[in-house]
Amino acid sequence: MSSDMIPLLSKALGETVYMVAVSMVIASIVGIPLGVLLHTTGKNQILEAPVLNRIIGAIVNAVRSIPFIILMVAIIPLTRLLVDSAIGTTAAMVPLVIASIPFIGRQVETSLKEVPYGLIEAALSMGATPFQIIWKVLLPESMANITAQLTTVIISLVGESAMAGAIGGGGLGDLAIRYGYQRFRPEVMLATVIILIVLVQAVQFIGNTLAKHLDKK
Amino acid sequence: MIKLSHIEKTYDSPSGPVKALKGIDLEIARGEIYGIIGLSGAGKSTLVRCINLLERPTAGSVIVDGKEMTTLNDTELREARKTIGMIFQHFNLLSTATVYDNIAFPLKLAGLSSDKIREKVEPLLKLVGLENKAHQYPGQLSGGQKQRVGIARALASEPKVLLCDEATSALDPQTTRAILELIKDINRKLQLTVVVITHEMQVIKDICDKVAVIDQGVIAEQGPVLEIFTDPKQPITKEFISVLLSNDLPAAFRGGQISAEPIPGAYLLLRLTFIGESADDPVIAGMIRKFPEVETTLLFGNLDQIRSTPFGRMIIGITGPQDQLQAALAYLDTKKLKEEVIGYVKRHDSTAE
Repeated sequence: MSSDMIPLLSKALGETVYMVAVSMVIASIVGIPLGVLLHTTGKNQILEAPVLNRIIGAIVNAVRSIPFIILMVAIIPLTRLLVDSAIGTTAAMVPLVIASIPFIGRQVETSLKEVPYGLIEAALSMGATPFQIIWKVLLPESMANITAQLTTVIISLVGESAMAGAIGGGGLGDLAIRYGYQRFRPEVMLATVIILIVLVQAVQFIGNTLAKHLDKK
Repeated sequence: MIKLSHIEKTYDSPSGPVKALKGIDLEIARGEIYGIIGLSGAGKSTLVRCINLLERPTAGSVIVDGKEMTTLNDTELREARKTIGMIFQHFNLLSTATVYDNIAFPLKLAGLSSDKIREKVEPLLKLVGLENKAHQYPGQLSGGQKQRVGIARALASEPKVLLCDEATSALDPQTTRAILELIKDINRKLQLTVVVITHEMQVIKDICDKVAVIDQGVIAEQGPVLEIFTDPKQPITKEFISVLLSNDLPAAFRGGQISAEPIPGAYLLLRLTFIGESADDPVIAGMIRKFPEVETTLLFGNLDQIRSTPFGRMIIGITGPQDQLQAALAYLDTKKLKEEVIGYVKRHDSTAE
C-alpha cells in the first residue's frame, strides 16, 4: 500500500458519508411527509382525496422511472440554480435528494399500509383528529418498519453517490474510477470496494438493530 | 339514551349498491345492556358503527344522549365521540405503547396533563386488574388481558355509552366469561349504557337485558332477553337459541319419523319450558300422580338462569291410553309453563323392540 492511499481513501470516505448523510436528511424531511400524504389521501383513509392522491402518485412514479445517471445530467440546470454550480460534492447532492424523495415516499407509504385499520378506527372512536392519528398512531406504529425501509434507501444512496462521482462529486466512487480504473491502480480499486462493503454492512446492521429495538410486537 | 330511527346504509360495490341496513329502529334506555345478535354479514357491525358514526348512515337519525349525531360538524362529532367508548374484537391496541400509555391514549388526545392522566389511569388499571402489567407492551399480554386494556382505555374518557363490537369473539370460553363479568360489573358500578354486538347467544344470555336479532339488514325480533328466550317467534331467533339450548332429541328418538297422529307403541314427546317460580313447581310429579296410567320418561332436562330468573327446559315422552294422554296435556295447560308438542315418535333402540 503506497503512502498516498490513506489520505485519499479517508477523504473520499468523508465525502461519501457527507453526501449520503446530508442528502438523506433533506430527502427524509420532504419524503416522509410525502409518504404520509400518499397513504392518508388514499381510498378509505383519513384524508381521502382521490384526485390529489393520483396526481402525487403519478409524479412519484415519473421521477422514480428515470435512471439515476440520466436524472443527474437532466437536472443540471436546476442544480446550477440551486447551488450555483453543477460540479462538486454539494452539486451532486441535488440529484441524490431528488431521486431519494419519491423513493422514501413510497417506502414510507408501504410501511404505513401495514398499520391495521382497526387502530385508526379505535383512535377515531376516541375523537382523534387526522393530525393526531398521523402523529400518534400511524408514525409510531410503523416506526420499526420505516426504519428498516429507510435503511434500504441509505444503501441505495451509497450506490448512487458513487455514480455522482462521474460529475465530479468526489467520494469513493470517484476515487475508484479515477485512480483505480483510469490510473491502473488495482489496489485503490480493491480498497474502495472493501470500504464500500464495510460501509453498507454497517448501515444495514445499525438499521436492523434500530428496527428491532423499535418493534414491540 | 340511544335512539336509532329508520337507519339505512348502502355501500357501493363493483357489482352495484349493497344495502347493509334496511331501516333499523332501535331504542336503548340509560343503564341498559343491550345485545344485538346476528350472523356474520347481517349488518350488526355496521349498525354499531352508525352509533358513533364511524359509519355514516345513508339515511335515518342517530340520537345519543339527546344529541342528533348525523348533523354534527367534525369538531362537534369528535367531542361527541369522547362520550362513547368502544371496544373491539381484535382489541386494536397500540403495539408500541405500554398498557399504561394505551389507557392514557384518549386522555393524551384530549390534552390532559400527565398528572391528571396518572390520576385517571391508575384507578382504571385497578378496575380491570392489570396494576402489575402497567409497563408491559400488548405483545406480552394474553387475549383476555388485551381486552381488559381495551376496556380500561374505552372508559378513560368517562363515557356514557360503551359499544362492544364482538368483544369476546376472539377469546376462549373461560376468558369470555371473565370479560363479560367485568362488563356487567362496570355497567352496574358506573351506570353505563352498554351495547353488545355478538354472534353468540351465550353472550346475550349472560349479560344482556334486551336483545335485537338482526338478519339481512333488518331487525327480525327484539325484546327482553327472557321473553326472546322463552318465546322466540322468528326462525332465525329459534336457530340462535337452539345452539345454546340443546333442542336435539335423545339418540334413541333421533332420526325417527315424527308423526302428528298417534302411532301404537310410540311416545308423545313434549318440550316443556319453565320460567320463574314455575321452575320450582313439581309439575311432572303432579302429573304422574294424577294419571298413573300415563308412563312418563324424562329425556332431557336442564335448569339455567337468565339474569336472575330461573329458566328450565325439559323434554319428556309420555305414553298410555289416548284419553289419558289428552287429559295429561290438559293438566299441563293449567300449569304456569310453556309446552310444545313435538309429536309421536317410536324409540328405535334395542330396548324398544
